[in-house]
Amino acid sequence: MACSARRAANERGHLMLKQRPFLIETLTAIGLVIAPFVLPHLGFAPNTVNRILVWGLFGLGFDILFGFTGLLSFGQSAFYGTGGFVAAYLLTRAGFPNVVLALIIGMIAAAAVGYLVGLIALRRTGIYFSMITVAIAEVFFFVEFNPLSAWTGGENGLPGVPTPSFDLGFVNIHFTTGWSLYQFLALCYFIGVVIALRIVRSPVGAVLSAIRDNPLRATAVGHNIHAYKLTAFVIAAAYAGFAGGLLGVLQAFMPPDAFTFDTSGQLVMQTAIGGRGTLFGPLVGAAIWLFLQDFLQAALGLGAAWKLVLGVIFVLLVCFLRRGIIGGLEDLYGRLTGKSAKHAEPEESSPVPVADAAEVMAALVADTPKPSSVRDGRTGPILQATGLTKRYGGLVANSDIDFTVNYGELRGIIGPNGAGKSTFFKMLTCEVHPTSGTILFEGRDITGTSVTDVCQHGLTKSYQVNQLFTGLTVRENVVIAALAKLRGKFRLDLFRSVDSIPGLTELVKRTLELVNLSSRPDTPVSELAYGEKRRLEIGLALATSPSLLLLDEPLAGMSPRERVETVKLLKSISRDRTMIIIDHDMDALFELAERVTVLQEGRVLVEGTPDEIKNSTAVQEAYLGGVHGVLDA
Amino acid sequence: MINWPNFISQVFNGLALGALLALISSGLTIIYGTLGVLNLAHGAMFMLGGYAGYVAFQYTGSFIVAVIAGSLFVMIVGVVMERVIIRHFYHRPHEDQLLVTFGLGICFVELVRLVFSSDSKLVPPPPLFQGITSLGFMFYPTYRLAVVGIVAAALGALFVVLYRTRLGMIVRAGIEDSVMVDSLGINVYRVFMIVFGIGAMAAGFAGIVNAPVVSLTPGVGDDILVETFVVVVIGGVGSFPGAILGGLIAGEIISITSMFNPGYAYVMLFAAMVLVLVVRPHGLLGTQGRE
Repeated sequence: MACSARRAANERGHLMLKQRPFLIETLTAIGLVIAPFVLPHLGFAPNTVNRILVWGLFGLGFDILFGFTGLLSFGQSAFYGTGGFVAAYLLTRAGFPNVVLALIIGMIAAAAVGYLVGLIALRRTGIYFSMITVAIAEVFFFVEFNPLSAWTGGENGLPGVPTPSFDLGFVNIHFTTGWSLYQFLALCYFIGVVIALRIVRSPVGAVLSAIRDNPLRATAVGHNIHAYKLTAFVIAAAYAGFAGGLLGVLQAFMPPDAFTFDTSGQLVMQTAIGGRGTLFGPLVGAAIWLFLQDFLQAALGLGAAWKLVLGVIFVLLVCFLRRGIIGGLEDLYGRLTGKSAKHAEPEESSPVPVADAAEVMAALVADTPKPSSVRDGRTGPILQATGLTKRYGGLVANSDIDFTVNYGELRGIIGPNGAGKSTFFKMLTCEVHPTSGTILFEGRDITGTSVTDVCQHGLTKSYQVNQLFTGLTVRENVVIAALAKLRGKFRLDLFRSVDSIPGLTELVKRTLELVNLSSRPDTPVSELAYGEKRRLEIGLALATSPSLLLLDEPLAGMSPRERVETVKLLKSISRDRTMIIIDHDMDALFELAERVTVLQEGRVLVEGTPDEIKNSTAVQEAYLGGVHGVLDA
Repeated sequence: MINWPNFISQVFNGLALGALLALISSGLTIIYGTLGVLNLAHGAMFMLGGYAGYVAFQYTGSFIVAVIAGSLFVMIVGVVMERVIIRHFYHRPHEDQLLVTFGLGICFVELVRLVFSSDSKLVPPPPLFQGITSLGFMFYPTYRLAVVGIVAAALGALFVVLYRTRLGMIVRAGIEDSVMVDSLGINVYRVFMIVFGIGAMAAGFAGIVNAPVVSLTPGVGDDILVETFVVVVIGGVGSFPGAILGGLIAGEIISITSMFNPGYAYVMLFAAMVLVLVVRPHGLLGTQGRE
């Protein structure tokens, strides 16, 4: 129940973003303006509020990395310290006059360091990534203390960092301490929020959440996820660097403990306490953290025990409130307003009668601009595999397969379990590289290239086991795939809105109509019925507009009614493109395919029209083990 | 010119540190390999072992009792932690597992700080191993030599458990393919609990054995944890032989670099890790598999 409430809240969030584009920005601005009038009454000292803002800004970048991309770094102190010390060094030792410029140079330095560190840390994923970031940050700490102590002041840090002042000609504004400095920090935070929101709402932001949800599929629909992860890492480093510089300004002193593991740990904890994936989570977390620190130490006289209390709170939150305070409030709001119930009810399959659906599809298909291959009336082979062999140690999965498919063809592949059908598909889409043999796609040798490149060339696959972006809605899923088609495998359009991409709305709309999901675009994937998920799986592949589409058991596990619908769907989409279908449902396959290839024990047993296959004794023996029965048609 | 006696004594220091790191990393790596959980509280386990041993030593004055009490205490902490908290995280994302174990580590460290304050505590080496030993050409603290022997014995015991018992067979099979082990009708949850206990105990044992070498503070496990990560990345996650090899390599790198300039010890260690990541991304003895 909590789950559906959360999703409902998510959905509302998305709607809100679309309908009132500047709502969050405006609320942030209002909040920052009224904070100095409200917070003192709650017991916040101005210096505490300023520190909260610095942590909040630090956390904006970190949340893009952790909350949105799913990369948990325990090494952000490296960039916080780098940015801080570069800015502080410029302002104290190098006699640099302009505070803002120094902060920006510090930020650029941190981003550059982040790029280099990212190249190393992103070689691995998951826990390895976390471990490597810890180790790297620890190195920065030691480097600051020893080899670079002549520049950084070693354990003394750099004292005397000035505060910013702006000479506007007629008036000289100088931000000093307390609420005066707050104005400068609040402005920085506001700009940080505006930029972060732009990034999160950009195509890059969409791809980042896709990477968090399902990196394998994000790669398969044609995104270069390594480049995107590196982008998120650099963004987080840049935010950290700028915040580090502000720390020096705030304290009039750049402390060496900015580089410690505790800094990284505190950031992680604050983000988790406040709520990951919310952008404002780190700010809320920092407010709770610093408030409790003051409160427990001073008011309750707990002394050093305050950190224990915070540790316990943190563990409890991770156990019971996965999305932190903000996520918890969203859930609560969703439950109170009772909107979740409506979304939780899965609508029984599709309300459109099957026959009508087929007509609608036929009409749609007629409108669909055909992929170049079919439109150009090209003939001859689109795909040519020669001598394709795959060995796993002593096991031969595929052996010496020659396989050719022509433009516009609909080919079926059947074979008993373990015949090597899925391995064969994986080789064609370059998920698995063949031990020997070559694959030509549209005359281009794609042997040994990456699954991302192959998808960009126009060859993709729908998976045997659904590979969806489970945290996103139906529409967002299709958007991810369509973005790969429209933007290529990597593009840095960080400040562009997703909806402004030419052709995106149409491509997504068309794809949703094609797979008969246009009635539920804003439903989270987790609430779809199995048959709907299966259609979305095909939709993801379709949205990349492939000229050759491979379907790995599209009918597996479907109810008879769902199967009838899906067969119609497959028929309609095959009018525009070349398709290869693996399935065990021979009735369906014989109805759909023009030619059928039978695989057995990793080899091509026979190839021919459905009628030839039905009457082939070799095929009957393969399936029935030599019993002379007639294969039921 | 290199001062040879100094160099050799650093090599011995590296051996002692490396053996300790190997033992701690083995604990971390078998827990990860079997349960799929990276225990960020592992450094805290190391610290807890030291303090539990310290308390036992205060009451009994016996080093042996301290070692046994320290190890057993941490094993119990590990088992309780697995039963009460970690068990509920097997089906949650890796990030959540990291967060919760990280938080638990902080709770342990701060609890110890509350009870024992931040002042360093001292556990003297047992009388048998006090003083220094002449190696003919140089003198070397006896206890450090003993550490190498004690830890080697502990690693041997761990080896026997992992490679010569039914439990060990299940653990190693679980590292290869935990789904398969699960479906063979083995009660994996019981195995998980035992493995977590043993893994924690390895760190706790190392913690008390290390206590006479370096004085005890609540933060003593923090640096060790980072070093352990490097060891595991170098050796290959989930690999017991990899942990030993990685531990020895890391120990020697830290010690020998420290002879020239302690400030560069971590830089060199890190450089070694990067080199391994570039040349063999899955670690020296790791296999491509679990991510």
